[in-house]
Amino acid sequence: MKFTVKVWRQKNAKAKGKFETYRVEGISPDTSFLEMLDILNNQLIHEGKEPFAFDHDCREGICGMCSLYINGRPHGPDDEITTCQLHCRKFKDGDTITVEPWRSAAFPVVKDLVVNRHAFDEILQAGGFISTTGIAPDANIIPIRKQDADESMDASACIGCGACVATCKNGSAMLFVAARVSALAKLPQGRPEAAKRAKAMVAKMDELGFGACSNTGACEAECPKHISIAHIARLNREFLLANLQD
Amino acid sequence: MSEIKLDSKIPAGPLADKWTNYKSHVKIVSPANKRKLEIIVVGTGLAGASAAATLGELGYKVKIFCISDSPRRAHSIAAQGGINAAKNYRNDNDSVYRLFYDTIKGGDFRAREANVYRLAEVSNAIIDKCVAQGVPFARDYAGLLANRSFGGAQVSRTFYARGQTGQQLLLGAYASLNAQIAAGNVVSYNRREMLDLVVIDGKAKGIIVRNLETGELERYGAHAVVLATGGYGNTYFLSTNAMNSNSSAAIQCYRKGACFANPCYVQIHPTCIPVHGEQQSKLTLMSESLRNDGRIWVPKKLEDVEKLRKKQIKPSQIPEEDRDYYLERRYPAFGNLVPRDVASRAAKERCDAGFGVNETGLAVFLDFAEPIKRLGEQAIRERYGNLFQMYEKITDVNPYKEPMMIFPAIHYTMGGIWVDYNLMTTIPGLYALGEANFSDHGGNRLGASALMQGLADGYYVIPYTIGDYLSHEIQTPKTDTNHPAFQEAEDAVKARIKKIMNVKGKQPVDELHKKLYHIMWEYVGMARNEAGLKKALTMIEDLKKEFWSDVCVPGTTDEFNQELEKANRFVDFLETAKLIALDALNRTESCGGHFREESQTPEGEAQRKDDEFMYVAAWEYKGEDQDPELHKEPLVYEEVKVATRNYKD
Repeated sequence: MKFTVKVWRQKNAKAKGKFETYRVEGISPDTSFLEMLDILNNQLIHEGKEPFAFDHDCREGICGMCSLYINGRPHGPDDEITTCQLHCRKFKDGDTITVEPWRSAAFPVVKDLVVNRHAFDEILQAGGFISTTGIAPDANIIPIRKQDADESMDASACIGCGACVATCKNGSAMLFVAARVSALAKLPQGRPEAAKRAKAMVAKMDELGFGACSNTGACEAECPKHISIAHIARLNREFLLANLQD
Repeated sequence: MSEIKLDSKIPAGPLADKWTNYKSHVKIVSPANKRKLEIIVVGTGLAGASAAATLGELGYKVKIFCISDSPRRAHSIAAQGGINAAKNYRNDNDSVYRLFYDTIKGGDFRAREANVYRLAEVSNAIIDKCVAQGVPFARDYAGLLANRSFGGAQVSRTFYARGQTGQQLLLGAYASLNAQIAAGNVVSYNRREMLDLVVIDGKAKGIIVRNLETGELERYGAHAVVLATGGYGNTYFLSTNAMNSNSSAAIQCYRKGACFANPCYVQIHPTCIPVHGEQQSKLTLMSESLRNDGRIWVPKKLEDVEKLRKKQIKPSQIPEEDRDYYLERRYPAFGNLVPRDVASRAAKERCDAGFGVNETGLAVFLDFAEPIKRLGEQAIRERYGNLFQMYEKITDVNPYKEPMMIFPAIHYTMGGIWVDYNLMTTIPGLYALGEANFSDHGGNRLGASALMQGLADGYYVIPYTIGDYLSHEIQTPKTDTNHPAFQEAEDAVKARIKKIMNVKGKQPVDELHKKLYHIMWEYVGMARNEAGLKKALTMIEDLKKEFWSDVCVPGTTDEFNQELEKANRFVDFLETAKLIALDALNRTESCGGHFREESQTPEGEAQRKDDEFMYVAAWEYKGEDQDPELHKEPLVYEEVKVATRNYKD
């Protein structure tokens, strides 16, 4: 297969960026999208040009490192996958493919297609944990309903990639925050700190410049782990309860 | 001759009492003194994150470093199947002793007894801890924890969170780490790569890192350094490791005097998605948990193989009597759940005999037709849904309808930095945890034991053992990063980077690394022999020359430069490759993941030579162009009777 690839190039956070257009040939349909970018980068090196930077690591859809906007969609033209799980067979031979970094005020560009998502760490440091230390009681001492454990797992599947923020017209991190709040709120051991957690994480999210949620559901549609916006409803409930308790 | 003497510091007394006795007598540090002591932790996977969080909770001042943009990206996140513990919740006669014995046996009697017993002993507390953190393990309808089985065990002791156990455990450790960051006990430095260890007066006192965003070199000092940087599987280029996993930090420590133990013990995992072609960048694991239900087979008749390769028939059309379920045939007692090294070699044997089922002849089937018929598609979807989805996305084949195709791939490294019972290396004040050390898995690691070891080392071992060293350091002032040793280390890093940039050759690092893959997979892979290993060593030397004369790294040093990162790591992969091949050449026996063709039984099973090789091979660095020196730590088995591994009956 052959493609024309338009890649966002930006020297660093302060520089002005622009698209560069490259051509790549001889790609197998079974090649992954990131492997195609590797090939293109090595081709650029052979041509004496500078390769473009992009984040990636596990290449099996779990680390949350890869973060590309492909043809106007976070993680590209397929559902419930990350960029690294996209394969060239999803494109037509001869296609022009546009590749951009996540676009969000809270995720500044580091270089080319790489952004800084430290804001997510900061939100979790504000309260996305259970303050357990030392030796814990036996694991089976508190039975947890299977449905609750399963729902907690559904929310906890979030990989922290930031597609939800990138796709949201307001740049909101509500789905990310809701996934963590919900994962812990569904478990008995997460209850003692539930109110404090919801308030602290929401406050931090607002402070870091993420936008408000207007319930369009775009985040759920683009989430590679298909995390439901029902978790946002639970976050709202937890947040409301927390404020009523004051 | 060097002055290194390997002292394993195994406590005296009966095996079952060693850890308890040790804890009763080891020195501890008072809370007021802990506040004055600084610890550097490198790596944020299960071992690093759990260690940093726990040391922070205890009151030490911790700095933690990772190469990714967030600690949560560490490759532990990709572990799928589960974590072992001797809870015996199933009432199937599991115990600490049984988990210990299975691990020693699974490791082909090449692990240290006392370390493994301690691992089994603390395994239960890990599960308790994780549940307290909010890890959503699978549960039954009574609300209690569920289990599944893994290779090399006849009990159900594996705890799991769907096919994302590593992710959930890492998110638990990362949450505890975040709590300590918020409390001010831990400072996290992201996108920093350790490029040298600083040793002052024989003790580990700090590190030099490169800030990957700005390219600046930075110095950090401490009273002790804890290395938790994972394994060296990516030496082989194609592996199931994440693209950025590397052996550099471990190799820096090796160059500074930490012995590297048993590098030839590399785990080749039997169930990975086969290579699709030359454009492949990494391999994807299909969890061992699939072998709970999936059955592995190839056709009995070569004409069926031909038809499969030409796509004239589908695998489901081959009748039951014409299928060779070769694991069930060769190992009736364990069947599809034999340990990984055994399953991988058996797949290679069938493929070498011409029964490989895809165009390249390098694949076997993992079939779910029978369990789907027995339990229904929904039950299988609940157990393995995300794995099946992952398989379909990569291969475009629906595994509910046709069997998966799998083949062995490099997955984990049992060897690593040599450590004593305290997890301290041969450099005082330098510790190695998790996959980065060598101590617990011997020649082969059992499934679901990597997560157990990483968390055991971080939550329950290092917090106790580090006090033994730091209790003598309470009078030592803060490490001064203006010390000449820091300057010297930083200059050396600068010189190396400059040397790389100045080559200005033609080949991108990836292309050189692929050449290393072909050398390593061909001659230092699943089957090794003397001639091949010698050839590999020469080829590695040649490739090293090729690198230093022809590598091309565009861009500059003072910016985000991924090609420079890769080149830096590749220099250390070459050193690792040499170590693996040298160790494999020295060990003329077959054991665990290390198979020497010269040492096998008439049935083709691995043949150990206990009289010659019942030792840990620890290699000491002797300089850039010299071979390392071999030190031997004899393995003494006081408790178990050493036997030939038998998974047949």
